[in-house]
Amino acid sequence: MPKDTGIGASPKRREDVRFLTGDGNYTDDINVHGQAYVHFLRSDVAHGRITSIDTAEAGAMPGVVRVFTGKDFEGVGSIPCGWQVTGRDGKPMQEPAHPVLAQGKVRHVGDPIAAVVADTPAQARDAAEAIMVDIEDLPAVVDMKAAVADGATKVHDDLENNLCYDWGFVEDNRDAVDKAIKDAAHVTTLELVNNRLVANPMEPRVAVGVWEKGTDNYTLYTTSQNPHVIRLLMGAFVLGIPEHKLRVVAPDVGGGFGTKIFHYAEEAFCTFAAKACRRPVKWTASRSEAFMSDAHGRDHVTKIELALDADHNFTAVRTETYANMGAYLSTFAPSVPTWLHGTLMAGNYRTPLIYVNVKAVFTNTVPVDAYRGAGRPEATFQLERVIDKAARELGVDPIELRRKNFITEFPYATPVAVEYDTGDYPATMDKLSEIADLSGFDARRKESEAKGKWRGLGVNCYIEACGIAPSNLVGQLGARAGLYESATVRVNATGGITVMTGSHSHGQGHETSFPQVIAEMIGIDESMVEIVHGDTANTPMGMGTYGSRSIAVGGSAMVRAAEKVVNKAKKIAAHLLEASDSDIELKEGKFSVAGTDKSVAWGDVTLAAYVPHNYPLEDIEPGLEETAFYDPANFTYPSGAYACEVEVDPETGQVTIERFAAADDFGNVINPMIVSGQVHGGIAQGVGQALLENCSYDSEGQLLSASYMDYAMPRAADLPMFTVDHSCQTPCTHNPLGVKGCGEAGAIGSPPSVVNAVIDALHSGGCKIDHIDMPLTPSRVWAAMTGAAAAGHGTAEGRSVGGEV
Amino acid sequence: MYNFDFERPKSVADAVKALQTEEAQPLGGGQTLIPTLKQRLAMPSKLVSLAGIDEIKGVCKDDQNRLCIGGGTVHRVIAEKAMSEGFPGLTGLASKIGDPAVRNRGTIGGSLANNDPSACYPAAAMATGATIVTDRREIAADDYFKGLFETALEEGEIITEVKMPIPEASAYMKFEQPASRFPLVGVFVARFSDRVGVGVTGASESGVFRWTEAERALGSDFSADAVKGLSVPADGMISDLHGTAEYRAHLVGVMTRRAVAAAQ
Repeated sequence: MPKDTGIGASPKRREDVRFLTGDGNYTDDINVHGQAYVHFLRSDVAHGRITSIDTAEAGAMPGVVRVFTGKDFEGVGSIPCGWQVTGRDGKPMQEPAHPVLAQGKVRHVGDPIAAVVADTPAQARDAAEAIMVDIEDLPAVVDMKAAVADGATKVHDDLENNLCYDWGFVEDNRDAVDKAIKDAAHVTTLELVNNRLVANPMEPRVAVGVWEKGTDNYTLYTTSQNPHVIRLLMGAFVLGIPEHKLRVVAPDVGGGFGTKIFHYAEEAFCTFAAKACRRPVKWTASRSEAFMSDAHGRDHVTKIELALDADHNFTAVRTETYANMGAYLSTFAPSVPTWLHGTLMAGNYRTPLIYVNVKAVFTNTVPVDAYRGAGRPEATFQLERVIDKAARELGVDPIELRRKNFITEFPYATPVAVEYDTGDYPATMDKLSEIADLSGFDARRKESEAKGKWRGLGVNCYIEACGIAPSNLVGQLGARAGLYESATVRVNATGGITVMTGSHSHGQGHETSFPQVIAEMIGIDESMVEIVHGDTANTPMGMGTYGSRSIAVGGSAMVRAAEKVVNKAKKIAAHLLEASDSDIELKEGKFSVAGTDKSVAWGDVTLAAYVPHNYPLEDIEPGLEETAFYDPANFTYPSGAYACEVEVDPETGQVTIERFAAADDFGNVINPMIVSGQVHGGIAQGVGQALLENCSYDSEGQLLSASYMDYAMPRAADLPMFTVDHSCQTPCTHNPLGVKGCGEAGAIGSPPSVVNAVIDALHSGGCKIDHIDMPLTPSRVWAAMTGAAAAGHGTAEGRSVGGEV
Repeated sequence: MYNFDFERPKSVADAVKALQTEEAQPLGGGQTLIPTLKQRLAMPSKLVSLAGIDEIKGVCKDDQNRLCIGGGTVHRVIAEKAMSEGFPGLTGLASKIGDPAVRNRGTIGGSLANNDPSACYPAAAMATGATIVTDRREIAADDYFKGLFETALEEGEIITEVKMPIPEASAYMKFEQPASRFPLVGVFVARFSDRVGVGVTGASESGVFRWTEAERALGSDFSADAVKGLSVPADGMISDLHGTAEYRAHLVGVMTRRAVAAAQ
């Protein structure tokens, strides 16, 4: 029987009532009395030296409060990077300054040069057009391999070159890996691109900066996944505002997908300008601005080699990746191609030797940072594609090749520094085979062929590291932050509970799922629990939501705080029942004395805590409110197996997805409906990457896909009905809920299955093609089928621009 | 957008007069012009809305078996009326432009006047040999389209009507560009008793064109096989993020065959 309350039940999302009835409170809904509006003048060239800026005319235009340029920010800090990666040479990465407004040079299309604050948005925009800027064009650095060649134009004049770091992992394995590959019975090599993406949350970024003259207090309202992190980064490193004088509020946020983790220049600008102008300052990004200022995702060019012995056991993996950083280091950018990518290269397999080399490169493009999955999709894609290619070369079944190499014993220490606590990869593969009806594929292929279509089946596995992360571990790896989470459980006198969590919901449904946990622990109705998040003024220092960490880390903090509450409440109950607190049991919202019929209701105990007339004041304090900080002992390791079936139109190269099935192991599941929704959304994004989305620059550094006219988002009609299952559950061993996280799985697991399926379809039609780079647009598939030239295709060198076609 | 004056005349004569102001621009359904204004890529002194002019709205059939479509008629109405007047090929075209919101605002006159190289109607106008009627003259389709966003229209000239000969059989096949869902290549095939018309949109750097070689082949044998061996040269085809010139040239053949098959 499905439960109708508590852990494992699927109550409808309570937040949807306000979201679906136009009653949400998003940052753009926040208007502060007297506010002015900022418009940013952004660079329309990729690289240039600013020779002069004349703001005189703009400053005199109607409604203009003040015009700002880089000069106004000379005394202000640089936008900081939150992760320092150390290269193979033992030296820290090259870390350029990242000014709020451009100083001396512009480094990508969209780089803010100046800002006009005016009474209305239209006045600000009019005046911005009147600013006279002279820019001496410099050659644009776009191609990653050209960027690191000797004598290349430098994106940052004060750095040695455009190489941010050259990272090797695990460096000690390098020689052994080289030898294993040399000695292997078979080596499969694949060069591929993980295409650059624009996150495109439905809500664009918004910031409202407020400064109060009477108190010198600042408030920033912003579209963020982690308001405390913004408060720390902006307050301590950019503007020099102590945290107790700065409040950051991230109210309802309409989707983040990673791109709203980072601290952006516009946030610092609005906060700074609010004091400088003595008026609140508001900025709302247009969609065009979002394309050229939100951090982009992915953009890796990789060569991977998989070595196998004569029995088809994997013996070694070696990779070389160029990772685009863009023009500046966004908050977590250096960690994505390294610690979030290299540590996942073992995948679900017993590969004893692995070496990962990553060269991170500065280019005259928008900064690149974490996007749903962040490093893990890149790892999964290359590994699952090369395994598929190996199976084809060896003439073996791709599923059997995977099964043969599955890790089956846990805990399992990989050669890339992580330890998987639990998993059952054969079980998810068995489940996939059942829900995807793999045995019916041959019949479906025949049906497709009768219609003149080629049908392909693509299967792959994935592993991800979620619930980031043990603070001491990530500190050793270069993180400049801890990655714990916090919660305060505040019990009110009448028994209702407010949970203040450091996690942040921007679509994940925390307001529904978190109360299910509390309701289960105490035995009260979920409607008695309210979740508060997103405001540094009323939540404890929290690290926010990304990396599928909310329930695993934030939920665990909430459990720990609730346990403290329950322990204290038991003492109060023991007093009221005149029993020993060790004899008190809490069940179904009632405290009872074990072995007796004596009991007292939850509400009577909570009332006693706040009206302590009959109360052990000498032993315990009144009140019932506890805070906990939870720092995970390890990552969590969700895993799964995905299957995609496509049809390819042999005349046009058009790919349609006919079936998609996902068997995931998320450990314990709090709300199965919400989990399914997360997987659906993730698959849609993964399919978008595989077939449609392509953020593309030309060789001049102009963004070609700068609007929805050219950037193809997945739409409902592009997707089939998904079959998803999360009944294979190997609970996490080190967090109190046994949960693993589900937010990124779909986006990680789906791209390789789509591409594997298309390649399979092409082979069935007689086109023996090894690989096509994402997105597999009709034009690219047709070019591959016919051997026609597609610009930007061929070698990895030729594809490192992003691929014009 | 920048500031502009706005007029909403009730007659074509008043609209023509209103358009005599320097930098005045007519506003049809606004499906292209309004986004352009919002991006500040156009700065008209005055917008003259044609939405209030009843005399350029509606669809009827004349005595020469032509579908006469008012320039201010929206796509939804065209889709409905073309079906009831025996021109299902045009229904197929109009009913798949954009989404319901676009089809209830966008007009055929606006589309033909803008002549986006990826617009759908120009293919039908060319294939059927339509006549573009303006406030001052009649222009044959072959003489009307002059290249990308270029037409024979003069400053302030308004399309009042489009007269499209109703074919015996017709179909429109478009291969959608993945992002915009405009045609990457769209082909309209129209079979008349004495000739066949093939109009191709989305493909060429010179805008919409008639594929005369296919017209001749189909004129003697109206079957997909008749055009199987034919191809258009890649030279002069559009090449962009979404498809090479070679791919577009290839799609012209595929979409033509499919349109012929659908028109059978």
